[in-house]
Amino acid sequence: MLKVKTPKKGRVRRELDKRAPKLVETGKKTLLLQGTKTSNTLNAVLTELYLLKKGSAIRYTRKNENIRPFESGGETSLEFFSLKTDCSIFIYGSTSKKRPDNLVIGRTYDHHIYDLVEVGVENFKPMNSFTYDKKLAPRVGSKPFICFVGEGFENVEELKHLKEVLVDLLRGEVVENLNLAGLDHAYVCTAISANRVLFTHCALRLKKSGTTVPRMELVEIGPSMDFVVRRHRLPNESVRKEAMKTAQDQPKKKVKNVSQDAIQGKIGKIYIPDQKLGEMALPNKAKGVKRERREAKVKSNVGDRASKKQKDESM
Amino acid sequence: METQNQYEVDLGNLLAFNASHHFPSLPSSREELVKECLQEGTKLVQAIADRLFNLPSTEDVDGPIVKLPPPTTKLPRSKHLPKPKPPTKWELFAQKRGIKKRKKDKVVWDEQTGTWKRCYGYDRVNDDNDIPIIEAKMTDEPGEDPFAKRKGEKKKRVEKQEKNRLQNLKQAAQVGALPSHVQLAATALPITGTQAAPKKIGKHELGDVAGIAATSTASGGKFDRKLPGEKAPKNQGKHRKFLPVVEGAGIGSREKEQTDKVLNKLISKHSHEILNVDKAITMYNVKKEKKNRHKQKKNEPEKSSTSSKLKPKKKPNKKSAMKGSSKKGRAK
Repeated sequence: MLKVKTPKKGRVRRELDKRAPKLVETGKKTLLLQGTKTSNTLNAVLTELYLLKKGSAIRYTRKNENIRPFESGGETSLEFFSLKTDCSIFIYGSTSKKRPDNLVIGRTYDHHIYDLVEVGVENFKPMNSFTYDKKLAPRVGSKPFICFVGEGFENVEELKHLKEVLVDLLRGEVVENLNLAGLDHAYVCTAISANRVLFTHCALRLKKSGTTVPRMELVEIGPSMDFVVRRHRLPNESVRKEAMKTAQDQPKKKVKNVSQDAIQGKIGKIYIPDQKLGEMALPNKAKGVKRERREAKVKSNVGDRASKKQKDESM
Repeated sequence: METQNQYEVDLGNLLAFNASHHFPSLPSSREELVKECLQEGTKLVQAIADRLFNLPSTEDVDGPIVKLPPPTTKLPRSKHLPKPKPPTKWELFAQKRGIKKRKKDKVVWDEQTGTWKRCYGYDRVNDDNDIPIIEAKMTDEPGEDPFAKRKGEKKKRVEKQEKNRLQNLKQAAQVGALPSHVQLAATALPITGTQAAPKKIGKHELGDVAGIAATSTASGGKFDRKLPGEKAPKNQGKHRKFLPVVEGAGIGSREKEQTDKVLNKLISKHSHEILNVDKAITMYNVKKEKKNRHKQKKNEPEKSSTSSKLKPKKKPNKKSAMKGSSKKGRAK
């Protein structure tokens, strides 16, 4: 026996529609969570990464006992959280004697783990340890520049993988139109050695150069840290193939009621239905608004005026 | 220009990659290292900016707006591509027969009322509720309500459509192309013999039950805190109602009427007819039998107890039974 279940409210329906698979996807959401043991640095790292991703990130602050992303059976609750929060990137922090200050950055495909990179955090410098002009502080949700420096990102397998994951994590939403005035921060990742990456976050200072292209200057605003690559797991080849599929030809939605004009530029047509103010329901029926009274007033208006005049005369 | 060529730039992601950079010797102090990284970063950012600011831009109030090319770095999707919906049974049939969809107007002229009315829904054209007269036909069966028949037919059609819809949705679910807001939930499995699925208990029923449960304390729930949603139990308080004895016009006379009725029955001429003799006899007999049985039990309580003690003899477990009997024998 099956029953068709549909949401009773429009809001729920819209929310479900947002989560449905789309032809062209909007940005990925990030879930930040931790294991049973974390250190102070790790807590700070997770919080600051959350702040960097604010707007498209969810931070879980409870301890999670049975999350072990690299072990079989340890990914169940992680996948559940991914389904629950609709996040497809997760950052899991835990610390142990063997792997101090451990971050596992992973992606999911269809709410199943796609790939994993494990990094250790060293030389962490939080945001508030940097002093800079507050005017430069980047705004939430602005599109960042991403820079990768070093041949390690091309030659070393782990770093290559880390690069791809970092790009996915940092790039934010894919946009078509970009406001050049809104560019205000950049991430710089440098491969120092075969397994070590220096990650830092900078603000941009645009200086006049005499040409249309301004001269860029980077001001470090933090956080900055070293990633030491530990374990990593590449995606399954068949899953990878499946996940890399894109919509060949995205159908362009026809824009209605908008036209272009050589002189006026963009012209939009707006249809406004008759507002019918007379029939509008009033929030409270005041005495004066009631129809009988209004009509009565109109009827007795002539006599009223006369009486008033009389009063004036008497005054 | 030279620098631009040695960097890989992905303008769609504002991403730049310098694959040729190599530290000849790592700087000794951390500060120097960071400084060098920032220098390299600045070069890369400049390389992106060079291309970005040379793109054709349109001026806006907030600043110049640039159209970005699509990103070139391939990144995995987070969910699978949406699957196409399989055609419904009707769509297949229509395709086979070459039936084409044609658009209907939303509003139709209604000749009965002489107004424009909706094609479907509330206040629509040819609504069943609006038909005052149905002409009789030769085929009509006598004693049948044509209005009820019409209503029943409509209901059947709606039910059939609902069944078809479920079937089509099931097929879509098999392919994984169910619309995002639709869920096919399994209701309780039909138990053989019962027709309807067990009904879910509603909010009000739960409140009633909570009210009944609350009366199970010593005080009858008088001093207990009420649960949210709890309702007072029904039929509480007086079960027997007595009519007022004081004589009066309305309800006051009711008591007298009641007693009069009973007395009249007894005293009246045909009072013997009130008594159903057969019934009285059977009732008397039954009562007598019951009394007898009760007496027997009282008279021979020992016998019955021994018989019950001897019962285990009948059990298939012979050993224990034998033991029991032998013991009994010795005791006697």
